Amino acid sequence: MAQLPDILFYVFAFLTLACGFLVVLNPFSTNPVTSAMFLVLTIGSLAGLFVLLHAFFLAAVQILVYAGAVMVLFLFVIMLLDLPAEERRKVKKAGLVLGLISVGAILTIMLQSLLQSSFSSEAAPTLEGSTIPLGRLLFTQYLLPFEIISVLLLVAMVGVILLSKKDLK
Amino acid sequence: MTWIDQLTPLAQFALFSAIKIICVFSVLMFIVAYAVWVERKVSAAIQDRHGPNRVGIFGLLQPAADAVKAFLKEDFTPGHVRKVYFWLAPAIVMIPSLLTVAIIPFGSRLGAQKMVIADLNVGILYTFGIVSLGVYGIVLAGYAANSKYPFLGGIRSTAQMISYEIAMGMSVIPIFLLVGSLNLGQVIEYQTGNVFHWLIFKQPLAFGIFLAAMFAETNRLPFDLPESEQELAGGYNVEYSSIKFALFFMGEYAAMTAASAMMVTLFLGGWTLPIAGLDQPAQTIGIGLLQIGVFLAKMLFVEFMVIWVRWMWPRFRYDQLMDLGWRRFIPLALANIVATAVVLWGVAK
Amino acid sequence: MKIGVEHYLTVSIILFCLGLLGVIVRRNLLVIYLSLELMLNAANLALVAFSRFNNDLDGQVFVFFVITVAAAEVAVGLALIVALYRKRRTAHVEDLTLMKL
Repeated sequence: MAQLPDILFYVFAFLTLACGFLVVLNPFSTNPVTSAMFLVLTIGSLAGLFVLLHAFFLAAVQILVYAGAVMVLFLFVIMLLDLPAEERRKVKKAGLVLGLISVGAILTIMLQSLLQSSFSSEAAPTLEGSTIPLGRLLFTQYLLPFEIISVLLLVAMVGVILLSKKDLK
Repeated sequence: MTWIDQLTPLAQFALFSAIKIICVFSVLMFIVAYAVWVERKVSAAIQDRHGPNRVGIFGLLQPAADAVKAFLKEDFTPGHVRKVYFWLAPAIVMIPSLLTVAIIPFGSRLGAQKMVIADLNVGILYTFGIVSLGVYGIVLAGYAANSKYPFLGGIRSTAQMISYEIAMGMSVIPIFLLVGSLNLGQVIEYQTGNVFHWLIFKQPLAFGIFLAAMFAETNRLPFDLPESEQELAGGYNVEYSSIKFALFFMGEYAAMTAASAMMVTLFLGGWTLPIAGLDQPAQTIGIGLLQIGVFLAKMLFVEFMVIWVRWMWPRFRYDQLMDLGWRRFIPLALANIVATAVVLWGVAK
Repeated sequence: MKIGVEHYLTVSIILFCLGLLGVIVRRNLLVIYLSLELMLNAANLALVAFSRFNNDLDGQVFVFFVITVAAAEVAVGLALIVALYRKRRTAHVEDLTLMKL
């Protein structure tokens, strides 16, 4: 009999991929808001996969930052720019075929390399992605990248404020 | 009770979780229904009126009558709306508040069962994640209506909720610096012993910021800009009628209840009371029930206060709201984090 | 069969390719941007899976950084799109062909 986490893995993996597909090639609607909402669902299912991988902190951060902030910003901008004419443009046939061929090639290469590599799966994973070890690592070994990333956030903020000034020359 | 002991641990867990979920859900819905009644009675008392008094004694059956009315009215869908989102939005509004109450410890224990649906060790992060999803229902409602006033309401609420989420998140960080854990059970444990161990006394500034952010996040006056009747003709729910409107209405009160429960857990000692040994996990069923009662009493008190504020305060202007959030609360919350950290560091030295 | 790292990697690879397909096929700037986010998320999943099965927290730290960078990137990117929209009144890549002769 299959274990509960295994069943949950297949459920979340299916949800992730199905919603991911609907973000990119939704046959019923090319409305960007629909794409964005399916991306929110994809992010939610990915958080489920993170929980199955015992990365609880990252699952919470994924929901908090991606679904709660980044995607809301996306929706905000999509709604502000929304034009009825934009919804009706169809995906071009030639572009779709070429895209499918190139992406199919990349997919094959990656899956082939995955099949050829071997993973030692004897030892059961024991890692728990709880908050305290992650925080300790972040503030010791990765202190410099952490500080740089905070500067990056500041730079991004300044850039965005400058870009959204009305009288940008 | 032998048949329960014969079940596998997984089946027992599923059974008890299901019972807890059903109980919490029904209590929440009951509170939501009667919060509306309390709101109308309180507003009537403040404005020197009678309030609902026709259905049952003191109008106590008014929520039932309202529910029947909401179900029986015509469910009208205007021609110009975006259909899918128009149907989806009222359903989404309820979800975040239902998910938030899942991690709140509403009592110590009954028998061997902990009185919390999901005891997560990243509890507070989970809550903020869920709270940040609360904006979708309103945004989608504004978008679905496809006309200008609901849309303005939706845009306003996005900006408002994102802004105050930051202040809210920053305001509770000092609490977790003090407690040293993100688990809500341990936050309550930290507040036992003495009434001055309650975090409202240890972190009054954090309490104040959290309180204001709570009003903004639940779209209650003085921060009910997304709905403001006079400017936006009701905001995001203009196009909604009958049961869909009722869902928005219930969603607001459910969010209010969840926020009150959160506030009680974080700042007012949760289910504990520093007298008569009520701050230790219960040994008997009676004490366990009493502690659930203590929690409910505190929560209802906070909720009453929220309702009271609505009828006493004018609405803020939108620029004042943003100014307060970004230029007052966020710097204050940051200063509070630094101050708490410095004090803790000094004590540790 | 036991769920191992290869299962998670398969999901991650397919998700990445879906994102790539979106970037190539779709013509709306905002949807292209959404597809980019999909690719970043696929990479995050692979990192978390490796971290779990190698018993090493470094992967999770990287995901933390990726999420932070993604947030900054989205803010700047969306600001650029809004600025572009103000000038050209479109968010469609085929209408933004200033470099074409």
